[in-house]
This record gives sequence, C-alpha cells and structure tokens, in this order.
Amino acid sequence: MSVSTPDHDTHAAADRDPASAEVDVEHGHDHPSDWLYVKIALILGAITALEVGTYFIQDASTTLLVAVLFPMMIIKFLVVTAYFMHLKYDNPLFRRVFFFGLLLAMFVFIVALSAFEFWDDDFLKFLR
Amino acid sequence: MTDVVAPPTVVVDPPGAIGHGHATATGISNSKLAMWVYLGSDCLLFGSLISTYLLLRHRSVVGVGPKDVFDIPFTSVSSFVLLMSSLTMALAVASIVRGDVQRNRAWLATTAMLGGVFIAGQVYEFTTFYREGLGYTTNIFGSAFYTLTGFHGLHVSVGIVMLMSLLVMSLRGNLGPDKAEAVEIVGLYWHFVDIVWILIFTVVYLIP
Repeated sequence: MSVSTPDHDTHAAADRDPASAEVDVEHGHDHPSDWLYVKIALILGAITALEVGTYFIQDASTTLLVAVLFPMMIIKFLVVTAYFMHLKYDNPLFRRVFFFGLLLAMFVFIVALSAFEFWDDDFLKFLR
Repeated sequence: MTDVVAPPTVVVDPPGAIGHGHATATGISNSKLAMWVYLGSDCLLFGSLISTYLLLRHRSVVGVGPKDVFDIPFTSVSSFVLLMSSLTMALAVASIVRGDVQRNRAWLATTAMLGGVFIAGQVYEFTTFYREGLGYTTNIFGSAFYTLTGFHGLHVSVGIVMLMSLLVMSLRGNLGPDKAEAVEIVGLYWHFVDIVWILIFTVVYLIP
C-alpha cells in the first residue's frame, strides 16, 4: 500500500511538466494559469493577423501562399488543441483517440481526392 | 485495544479525470472520452466537406465565384471573434475548476455572446452573397461553400445552446465545482469548432 502526502503529490504533479511553470496543480492534474491562456490567445491573434496580412500582398503566387499559410494554420491548430483543449496536460489516451480520427480523415480524403484526379495537371498549373 | 488510525492519504486523479466522477475501468472519465471519440469522428465529417469543396470550387461554369463574393477583412474579424471565444471558454473552465462560480457565469455568457456575434456575421455574409447572386443552387461552388460553412455554423449554434444550458444550470445553483467536468466537455466541443474554423478560414478564404 502506498501512502502519499499532499506535499509529495503536488510536487509530483509539477514534475510532470517542469518546462511549464504556469500551471495550476491544485486539483491533482495540471491546468494552465489564466495568464498563460491570455498569452496563448495573444499569440494566436498575432498569427491570425499575419495570415490576414498575406491577403494584401499583391500578385503573390498560390505556391507562396500555401507555403506561408499552411504552417501558420497548423501551428494555430496544435496550440489550441495542446493548451485550450488540455491535450498537453491530459491523459495521452485522449490525444491518441483524437489524432487517430484526424489522421484517418486526412488519409481517407487524400485518397478520395486522388481518385477524383485532384492532383492533376490543372492543380499543378494552379499552384504555379 | 487501541483504535488503528490510517495514515493520511491523498488520492491524485490520473490525468484526464476531473476528480468528481465515479470509478471507471480506464481510470479516466467515460464522458470525456466519449466527447473525444465524437470529436475524432467529426474530423471525418468536416474532412469530407472540406475535400468536396476543394474538388468542386473551381469547376463552376456559371454564376459568381469565390473572388467575386469573398470579403476577407469582414471574415477576418469574425475569425478573430471566434478565436477569442476559445480564450473565454478556457477561462470559464479554469474558473469552475477553482470553484469561482461568479466568474464562470461571466465567462460562459461572454463565450455564448461571442459565438452569437460569429453566427450573426455568418448570416450577414450569406445574405450578402445571396444578394450578389450566389444562391445554394446557383453553381457547384455555391453548393459546396454553403454546405461546408453552414455545417460549421450549425455546430457553433449547437455550442451556443450548450453554453446557455450551462448558464441556466449555474443560475439555478446546479453548476458548482462538482460539475466542472460538464463545463470542460462543452469546452472541448467549443474549441473543436474553433479549430475547424482555423482550417476553413485558411483553406476556403485565404488561399485563392
């Protein structure tokens, strides 16, 4: 039988994520602090402003826009899932369940788009 | 005979358990796991709608196209509003976990209001597009666009109903820290509609 003290458990919870000092461990599992949420929202807002800024670039090629916008979109997606949805702090099972669905969807619809010849010469011309 | 006193023990919930539910086989909340399974399956729904849109948007031979109707500055403001509603939702979850019921009510109401602003923007956008000649059956771009963004709007509307239900529960005194998991589960749904919009905003609006 293992016996633990409140003090020990609090430190154990904090040790799970030593890189993040801004977490609240009072309920036995980590939650980011309010201030960390605000900082994350400011970062997301700044990335959105950069995304919108690409709209005003004259004569930007579609290839350039895809190369710039897709990484920003993926960063925003991952930040929201990691912090706002707590996947960074929560049980890994949730992460596996969600990303299984996401990767399955990506695989299925890449196959479907290929079946409809989405990546044909017109698409390559469109990218250029 | 002396009484045997057990040493003090503090049970720490495993990550994923909110700490107020009953024991489960996995040690994590079944309700929360169910929501994550639903969100994983919803990826397939939105994946099908986004890929259909990508496939069809440039195949219209009649009527107006994306370049004729999109108002990027307006949609950018709507996107920012929805993004900030994710912040207020996260703050609502954090406040109920702390037991701060008053702040929880305020953040839930703010999130619902921001969601309402987003939906109002979408209604305005759809109305404007219709006046400019893009109906649901005008061309294949219109059908794919309205179906994709309409389904997303429907998800946001369902989220607003869930937020208002939580608010009513709270005002009746039925939403304390012991029900924090309910707020967290609604929060997961709300953040999901936000990340779907992150994809739609880039793929549909920003990439020509």
